[in-house]
Amino acid sequence: MAWFKRQSADVDASGAKKVRTEGLWVKCDNCRQIIWKKDLEENLNVCPKCDHHFRIDARARLALLLDGNQYEIFDSNLVSTDPLNFVDLKAYSSRLAQAQSETGLSDAVINARGKLNDRPVIVSAMEYSFIGGSMGAVVGESITRAIEQSIETKAPLIIVSASGGARMMEGVVSLMQLAKISAALARLDEVRVPYISVLTDPTTGGVTASFAMLGDLNIAEPGALIGFAGPRVIEQTIRQKLPQGFQRSEFLLEHGMLDAVVPRRQMKPYLSRALDFMTRAA
Amino acid sequence: MRPSQRGVRGKAETAARAPLSLDGAELLLSMVEARWASTNGDARRMESQLKSQQELDKVEEHLAKLEALPGQNEEARRQIQELQSRIRALRTQVTVNYDAWHKAELARHPQRPHTLDYIERVFSDWSEIHGDRGFGDDPALVCGMARFHGQEVMVLGTEKGRDTKQRMYRNFGLPNPEGYRKALRAMKMAEKFSRPVITLVDVTGANPGLGAEERGQAEAIARNLREMARLEVPIVTVITGEGGSGGALAIAVADRVLMMENAVYSVISPEGCASIMWRDTTKKELAAQALRITARDLSELGCVDAIIEEPAGGAHTDPDRAAQLLDAALEKHLAELAKLPLPQLVVSRYNKFRTMARFFRIQSS
Repeated sequence: MAWFKRQSADVDASGAKKVRTEGLWVKCDNCRQIIWKKDLEENLNVCPKCDHHFRIDARARLALLLDGNQYEIFDSNLVSTDPLNFVDLKAYSSRLAQAQSETGLSDAVINARGKLNDRPVIVSAMEYSFIGGSMGAVVGESITRAIEQSIETKAPLIIVSASGGARMMEGVVSLMQLAKISAALARLDEVRVPYISVLTDPTTGGVTASFAMLGDLNIAEPGALIGFAGPRVIEQTIRQKLPQGFQRSEFLLEHGMLDAVVPRRQMKPYLSRALDFMTRAA
Repeated sequence: MRPSQRGVRGKAETAARAPLSLDGAELLLSMVEARWASTNGDARRMESQLKSQQELDKVEEHLAKLEALPGQNEEARRQIQELQSRIRALRTQVTVNYDAWHKAELARHPQRPHTLDYIERVFSDWSEIHGDRGFGDDPALVCGMARFHGQEVMVLGTEKGRDTKQRMYRNFGLPNPEGYRKALRAMKMAEKFSRPVITLVDVTGANPGLGAEERGQAEAIARNLREMARLEVPIVTVITGEGGSGGALAIAVADRVLMMENAVYSVISPEGCASIMWRDTTKKELAAQALRITARDLSELGCVDAIIEEPAGGAHTDPDRAAQLLDAALEKHLAELAKLPLPQLVVSRYNKFRTMARFFRIQSS
């Protein structure tokens, strides 16, 4: 007879691993230093030690940009109809439902009407945690509607991108969103309403190849991954290690693809300054 | 194959004396049919379909040889023609039963006519123009002035190249940012001189390379999308082979988007999708099916305006016929577009893309 015996045969190994210290300390992805979470939050989720910009969600982004965290959300009731009935290892419809319950959003973008230093603006902020911020029919439609709002009200448009690109599970339907949004931006351009594209970590694929690169100004947060083809795909194709900092904001700035790289703390003043230039005094 | 082939020839050579019997040819054909029947419904059907095609090719070749032999009577001729029509029917059957992955293979068929093949057959007085006026020329995307039924048009399209050397030169038809910028320059020139634009798309996808990223392919594609949406001349696009995501769309924001019967159009290649969603590139058939990439799918989703028929078995079986069918479709759609006054043309192009692919519902909260 054994000295030690398992009391019960079924040990539950499933379920999320619990970290007991969660909520108090955070490790910086860049400098690997331990930061007190409150310090990090007070610093707008930028590492106080190395200036690494943590990803923030769409609501935090709106709070950062709009006066007094006051804004009115519009077109938040659009839901994808799963046009392809797409099923891979898991049905797209269940992925959608999961993302919706996790984020409390109907899809990967929030449209908001608010004020930026007392100037009315329209902001579309993308939510990366919703299926990688990918763009399907709903994101395409929401952003187009935001553009139309801007055309109608003449309020400047700011789109904050954070996306892996087109949503594969909607196939060619998501590809067509690129054309739709770009066509709407042509109209916005014609009525001379300012559009500033803010690129945050990460902005890749179809989002970069459409509205994110079509701003009157394209500005990015430091260290954001920005590109069309993803770095892993390129690495596999050319079978070489990519150079340090490839496809990061600073790399794009150097290659003339961005107007500026603006730290999070200076983002709002910078936008305000740019809009001063772009809009005539009333 | 071998003994029966000899049989056919042997019979045919004696045809001058005896009334021609087509036992050998019939045998060949029945072999093909048997093969088709046995593989239809088989799990390995996918691979064998291409082989069936090749066998059909061979049978057809032999029949042609038989027909050319001297000393045949009317009856024999009639039989040969009957067999030929049977072959055509079989070919159609093979194509119709193709599933998505096979369409993708057909769209990439090495013998499939490419952009320059179509340009040669459909247009006259082709004068290529080069360079983006900024960095360089991109051989993967060709642009030029041409005449179409006497009318001046701007033609542009992605070209994959035929043999290895050409393929290298054309970068396998993967455009660099210079290509998209050259295309836009060509389209702007067409706009300035009021000439319609015709674009032919056959591109695997975006160019996953260092240089293309450094020189801003995303920006080049984005700009094309915006500028094509408001270009003040008619634009007709034909997806002739592969319509690979952003690389294809960058020259496909058109008044009419047509698709060849066996072409595919997708946001990502089936292999790419399989490796991301299934984490296994061998699931490409599944991915192709799930992505809905065939001309019929696109038409059902309302993302293309019309499908251009191809010769039975695919465009590669008869490039001249394929070009004729393309020619007819282009003529029809250009004529329709020519009737629209300019402002209305641009507005209706806008509305077309504005109302396309609206697959969402409004949730009552």
